Amino acid sequence: MHELSATRHIFEIVMAQAHLSEADSVDRINLVIGDFSNIVPDCVNVYWKELTKGSICENAEIHFDRRAVVFSCQQCQNTFELQGKLSICPNCGSDQISFLSGDEMLVESIEITKFEENS
Amino acid sequence: MTSINVPIIQNILQANDFVAEENRKIFSDHHIFCINIMAAPGAGKTALILKTIELLRGSVRIGVIEGDTASVTIDSDKVVLAGAPAVQVTTAGDCHMDAMMVRKGMEQLPLDELDLVIIENIGNLICPAEWDLGSHSNTLIASIAEGDDKPWKYPNIYRNLNAVVVTKTDLLPYVDFNLEHFSQGVNILNPDVDIFPTSAKTGAGLDLWTDWLLSQIEAASRA
Ligand SMILES: Nc1nc2c(ncn2[C@@H]2O[C@H](COP(=O)(O)OP(=O)(O)OP(=O)(O)O)[C@@H](O)[C@H]2O)c(=O)[nH]1
Ligand SMILES: [Mg+2]
Ligand SMILES: [Zn+2]
Repeated sequence: MHELSATRHIFEIVMAQAHLSEADSVDRINLVIGDFSNIVPDCVNVYWKELTKGSICENAEIHFDRRAVVFSCQQCQNTFELQGKLSICPNCGSDQISFLSGDEMLVESIEITKFEENS
Repeated sequence: MTSINVPIIQNILQANDFVAEENRKIFSDHHIFCINIMAAPGAGKTALILKTIELLRGSVRIGVIEGDTASVTIDSDKVVLAGAPAVQVTTAGDCHMDAMMVRKGMEQLPLDELDLVIIENIGNLICPAEWDLGSHSNTLIASIAEGDDKPWKYPNIYRNLNAVVVTKTDLLPYVDFNLEHFSQGVNILNPDVDIFPTSAKTGAGLDLWTDWLLSQIEAASRA
């Protein structure tokens, strides 16, 4: 499963930013995940629990902003979402369609807590 | 105590993509053309690689990086027997290769003495698509026996392809496989991609495949 390596990468990115921001804890991670990335949120959550044990991320909750796969038709300009499998344009039946979006795999932002500054 | 929202907007695979870009540069610096071959398990990846080595013997120096999920050297042993240097990299159970594994493989190949490096990716139609390995070209292999609906069912791995090889065409009399339906799905996702129907068993169609490879290798060596 590629969720394990994906989750490792997410953890690295989050920890690097948390360090830069001098976070005392990371509370939430906002991901943008397109359906073409084949990422299963439940798997990520399981690996996340394992990988973050004992770190400042261990209580963080992951939020998945899922994005559908969207194609546009070059004949009739219709845009449509794929329902699982590839299809021709549902509006005009053309196979002249092109991929618009839906392969996102992003760490969008994190929410962190800083305890009192001792300045 | 303060709570802060910190924007990041970073690709999850950025670290992999960075290494992949380095790999591509190392290949290019050695005037090597690198292809990543993806397919379902048993599609005929190794058979095609062996035929390619045989047909290009004397004109193209080929090295192979064999990805496997476990440390079984069945495929790499066959390649070595066919007379090409091969290294096997294992993913320790993972379903796909990443750029770092390819780097480890590259370090064991005599890059100064090669024109073409072929990566045989893990047999899998779901996972490898996301991971850039640092190849110049992504080739997908589909065997007749898998059925003609695979680009329709697994559109993600059928994206961003530079060539598609349809293997086991000697099985056409026994299997319902509509090449037109298959090709329509492939072309929706890759309008200009070349599709090569081949049989490693009879040798049919392999000349067009090796001609295409030769043209790519030549273009890479001039770059
Ligand atoms: N009839 C026929 N059989 C083929 C052809 N190419 C490969 N095979 C057979 O298909 C089986 C699998 O071939 P491989 O080349 O090992 O397939 P692979 O994709 O490398 O398999 P993995 O690495 O295990 O995923 C073997 O029994 C081959 O002999 C072909 O063109 N025609
Ligand atoms: Mg093989
Ligand atoms: Zn249309």
